[in-house]
Amino acid sequence: MSGKVLGRVVGGSLVQGLRVRLEEGVSVEAVGVGRYVTIEGEKSRFFGLITDVELGALERGLELDVSDPYIARVLSGTGVFGTIKVLPQLALGVVGLEAPPPARTIPAPFSLVREASEQDIALVFGSEDDRHFYIGSPLDLEVKVCLDLDRFVQRSGGIFGKTGTGKTMLTRLLLAGILQRGQASSLVFDMHSEYGWEGEREEGGVVKGLKQLFPSRVAVFTLDEESARRRGVKTDFNVLIGYDEIEPGDIALLRETLNLTDLAAQAPYGLARHLGKGWLESFLSYSPAQVKDLAESLKEHEATLLHLHRRLEQLKRLPFLLPHSPESAVERILGYLEKGLTVVLEFGRYWDIVPYMLVANLLSRRIHDQYVQRAERARGERAPHPRPLVITIEEAHRFLSPELSRQTIFGTIAREGRKSYVTLLVIDQRPSGIDEEVMSQVGSKITCLLDNEKDVDSVLAGVSERTELRKVLSRLESRQQALVFGDALPVPVVVRVRDYTSIYKRPPELKGVEQDRKDLWEE
Amino acid sequence: MVQVSTQEFAAQCYELHQPPPFASLVRTREGETDIFAVVYHAETGPLEPGRRPVARGREETEEEGVYRSHPQLSRLLRTEFRAWIVGHRVEGKLVQALSPRPPKLHSFVYLAKTDEIGEFGSSLHFLGPLATAPLPSREELIPAFLLHLAGSREDREEFLLRAGKELTLLLRGDAPRLQSLLRRLS
Repeated sequence: MSGKVLGRVVGGSLVQGLRVRLEEGVSVEAVGVGRYVTIEGEKSRFFGLITDVELGALERGLELDVSDPYIARVLSGTGVFGTIKVLPQLALGVVGLEAPPPARTIPAPFSLVREASEQDIALVFGSEDDRHFYIGSPLDLEVKVCLDLDRFVQRSGGIFGKTGTGKTMLTRLLLAGILQRGQASSLVFDMHSEYGWEGEREEGGVVKGLKQLFPSRVAVFTLDEESARRRGVKTDFNVLIGYDEIEPGDIALLRETLNLTDLAAQAPYGLARHLGKGWLESFLSYSPAQVKDLAESLKEHEATLLHLHRRLEQLKRLPFLLPHSPESAVERILGYLEKGLTVVLEFGRYWDIVPYMLVANLLSRRIHDQYVQRAERARGERAPHPRPLVITIEEAHRFLSPELSRQTIFGTIAREGRKSYVTLLVIDQRPSGIDEEVMSQVGSKITCLLDNEKDVDSVLAGVSERTELRKVLSRLESRQQALVFGDALPVPVVVRVRDYTSIYKRPPELKGVEQDRKDLWEE
Repeated sequence: MVQVSTQEFAAQCYELHQPPPFASLVRTREGETDIFAVVYHAETGPLEPGRRPVARGREETEEEGVYRSHPQLSRLLRTEFRAWIVGHRVEGKLVQALSPRPPKLHSFVYLAKTDEIGEFGSSLHFLGPLATAPLPSREELIPAFLLHLAGSREDREEFLLRAGKELTLLLRGDAPRLQSLLRRLS
């Protein structure tokens, strides 16, 4: 079955897109930016994306009296006509290839352009299976767009969009997909406690969290036991962190959020050399007079240390920080991850950026170290490869700003990619704040509406169809629509994001259903 | 038929003052070929160019009286019309182009029948040559001819729309002329 004829190719280029003149009777209003078309060339079929719609006139300033309905009808389609711009993306119908290859040429003049049919879309975006996860449908089409999760977890991924555009829902959906298909373990730093247990929808009502959907495969850790109890969350572990686990680098990272001077941010390195592993506990217990003495023996500015001391006092207000933690959270998390479980760490009331950055960085660094060692062992002794890990962080621009991305573990993870079997899933509303180099390592991007020019630029940096996608991106609806592009899909696509609740309403068409999931569907 | 050429012909009517209407489709024949033309001009005048008619009828109360009182007038005057060739049919196939040979002098000319007019309107290839024909009445002729064709077709509206679109393509670059033609068709 072929789609409806839209028009014919009349000009253009591979890079800038083809100009297609609409057939008479095809209204410009019926073709929208972001829709897919197929082009029937002489030798092969092409798959392309509509990136612009415009009205053309036979001559400039053809000003006729169009108040006469006859004249208006005569002119529509002849004197004035619609054209669309189509970016050829893939060559379809090349037999024997797993995925259609990118288009390397353009169709002959006057090739017929049709709406992409459901079969065409299915051919391009695959169908649901063990590896492909249904994420949404293209605009105006009831077909599934499926992400290749294997490729998605191989490099870091990003979910961007301004507040209220549905990032959280998308993240939940993706995490559920990764859990369902079992490509990787996940560690989620859940700033607003919305992934593990119930979360609220923007339009009202609650949705099930990951733990409710996959009870035996998700562990909820919390920094705030009380908040978890109040919300009726069954937590698996109560995270406590010892001062002795905090390294000078963790403090340097908080320079901006704690409002430290440059010198004060560097001072902890000296303190740690001088005071040893328990440097923070000792330092915090000092009186101002003792700090002055310390400054003298360390040959530091007294004012610098006093400033640092005052700022670090804030940490004392965080009840999950203890001089020494009875049980290492890192060991527990690693234990769960090794079993292939997903760990969601809720921050409860401590959703402020200081604890979030401190804890996320500290835990991730040590977990990453472990993975690096295991990866090396795997290479050296032919031991089994570690199970890939996806670390989800929110407010990513705080960690990955150009100033900090070299200091945080997240910068390292993003740059290293799959070598250590750890990748990131960054969620952010201000992607322009993220270091360019890190952004360029993000393999798959899912972008909801962004209206800040800089943010749009940063998300699209390095993408060949930048100009075209920019138009598409700025015209997304503010909810439930996202532009998806990168490794996990053959071509960029705008999707109506699938309803999250559908993952627990619809029976799976997958093999290898585990008990967990089976229970869920039978509910 | 009293004068012929490749592009047009002139014919004299058997009845005085009874030329075919302006812009009507007429047909004549040359051997096996039917030739179609559109009437673009008609006139009545003296048989001999040198003898100009004089004004008559001072004593008459109605115009017919003039001819009753002077029966010789209908013998001294003649009505002629001119038609511009727009197509021909050879071996049953209608072609909107000039015929290989002009019609013969003294051929008969007929008004085209309704089904012939309708059939002629199924193609609009004649519009191009007609739009550039060196005829004084051209701007009147085109819309009138199109309306004449439309009158014999069941898809009148659709036909006029097609014709309008064809004109738009032909007359791009000349918006005032296009506008005036389209107004007459609406």
